[in-house]
Amino acid sequence: MEKLFQKLSLSSASLVFLILIGIFITLFNASKPAIDEFGFDFITDSTWNQEVVIDTPKKDEDTYLEDELLSDDLMIDETDELLSDEDNSENSLTKTVFGGWIPIVGTVLSTIIALIFALPIAMGIAVFLAEIAPKNISHIVGIAIELLAAIPSIIFGMWGLYYFAPIIADLVGGYQVSLLTAGLVLGVMILPFMAAITRDSMNTTPDVLKESAYALGATKFEVIKDIIFPYSKVGIIGSIILALGRALGETMAVAFLIGSIFSLPEAINDPTVSIPVAMANNFGEASGLGESSLFYLALILFIMSFLVIGIAKFLFLKKGVK
Amino acid sequence: MRLLINKVILGLSIFSAILGLAFLGWILATLFFKGISSFHFSLFLNDLIDGGLRNLIIGQFIMAAIAGIIGIPLGMMAGIYLREYGRGKYASIIRDLSDIMMSAPSIVIGAFVYAVVVIPSGGTSGFAGAIALAIMMIPIIINTTDSMLSLVPKELREAGIALGASKYRVILDIVLKAAKVGIMTGILLAFARIIGETAPLLFTSETSNYFSLDLTQAFPSLTVSIYDLANEPIEASRDLAWAASFILTFLVLVINLTGRFITRNKHK
Repeated sequence: MEKLFQKLSLSSASLVFLILIGIFITLFNASKPAIDEFGFDFITDSTWNQEVVIDTPKKDEDTYLEDELLSDDLMIDETDELLSDEDNSENSLTKTVFGGWIPIVGTVLSTIIALIFALPIAMGIAVFLAEIAPKNISHIVGIAIELLAAIPSIIFGMWGLYYFAPIIADLVGGYQVSLLTAGLVLGVMILPFMAAITRDSMNTTPDVLKESAYALGATKFEVIKDIIFPYSKVGIIGSIILALGRALGETMAVAFLIGSIFSLPEAINDPTVSIPVAMANNFGEASGLGESSLFYLALILFIMSFLVIGIAKFLFLKKGVK
Repeated sequence: MRLLINKVILGLSIFSAILGLAFLGWILATLFFKGISSFHFSLFLNDLIDGGLRNLIIGQFIMAAIAGIIGIPLGMMAGIYLREYGRGKYASIIRDLSDIMMSAPSIVIGAFVYAVVVIPSGGTSGFAGAIALAIMMIPIIINTTDSMLSLVPKELREAGIALGASKYRVILDIVLKAAKVGIMTGILLAFARIIGETAPLLFTSETSNYFSLDLTQAFPSLTVSIYDLANEPIEASRDLAWAASFILTFLVLVINLTGRFITRNKHK
């Protein structure tokens, strides 16, 4: 019985490992056709689901050159887009090209906007909770901030689209669905998360340090700037990176706001698309190479967030060792 | 001058706290007013096909509950392993991986389940949705179990072992009992989190306009339907989406607050 229980618990723990490996392998397998077809150029190719005319039949070196040329300046046959897909698949002279550059850029830019927006506010909230507010107010505000984190992301999306974005669009101009509004709503979403972890790491500062600084005549701001921030720096950076990891993979809030259009944004208030949104809105209809390309995007997203969160954990770990 | 800077910075900090609260208040007020105006008790009696939400609410709960049935024991056992049995490198690697998995993009988990469950089984199903939710839930449960067990004093375990109890008996009868409240809270918070998830359900369970208990078919999901309804140009659909959002957020916050309330009472 003892042995059985131990085995069970060990295998449950190993399940985590298996699921993660499984996700990697599955995504890799499912994106294999797209990887074979487009290779690493996929990452920097800004076409998505477009018919590209290949006017020479397959030859060894020439085809390769031809492909290079084609991906540079695309000849899009507009009439082809009107035709149904089945026609094209049998036509050997055209092929459909998928590239991930637009959603990758959209993902990264919306995340950066979210960070720029959320970072100062989250720091302010954390300072307020940890240092300024009296205990009971800090407790209540803390719960309220955590409730903000508990609100489902789809709610953020709807609220953002119908109430937040119109105001931003009035202020800044441009479209209501855009990189900017998506990034800002994303910022509101990661705000509580960032504030909570930052507060926790600020709270680890020993009182003795703070009290000595106060005794030397430091103001509250100086204590925060010179004692608390340096002391909890590692944890704060960790929390920022963790929030970044969250923002990268956020789907629903962004889906309402980014516009879901495969075009590179020329201005901050242009609509575009991000990886999760591309998946959410196109997965259902996709098949063949299109579906495989979406899996390719998923794999890229998974690796991105894995690395980002891994780095944050590494920073936290370093702090733990200290 | 120093005092002035101090005042300005502290003022900004208080301002950002107010801003944070304002966002919460704004979202809740929006939900409340938009939700109440389209809220009607008949929403609980009709299915989506008749303009109600009954099948969606029940469907969402069933999927989350099955996810819990799968995820809670697995997550707890894994947490027990990490805290009670695991020594050294392997346990700490699993712990890190679990933390990473907790922040993994939910849409990627949806895509994973689509590839390993939906495609082989020939279509979207309630089971696939529940599995996707369970995968989201496991790392959260592991994390809570792990940290709650770490709060149980070593002396309790030693006392149990001194009485001649075997290790698994000590874990089940003493350690888990001591950590019960904390773990319960963690489970409630995890439940509140996954019941509001949309992305992992989009292409695993999809949604359905009809009442269904058949887990092998496309399954009604409140969140996925909110997404569909909100994107429809018809005013009535959007109103229904607001009513559904109101109900969903209400449920999530009630579960969340219940969890917090349990822990608070315990600490008193």
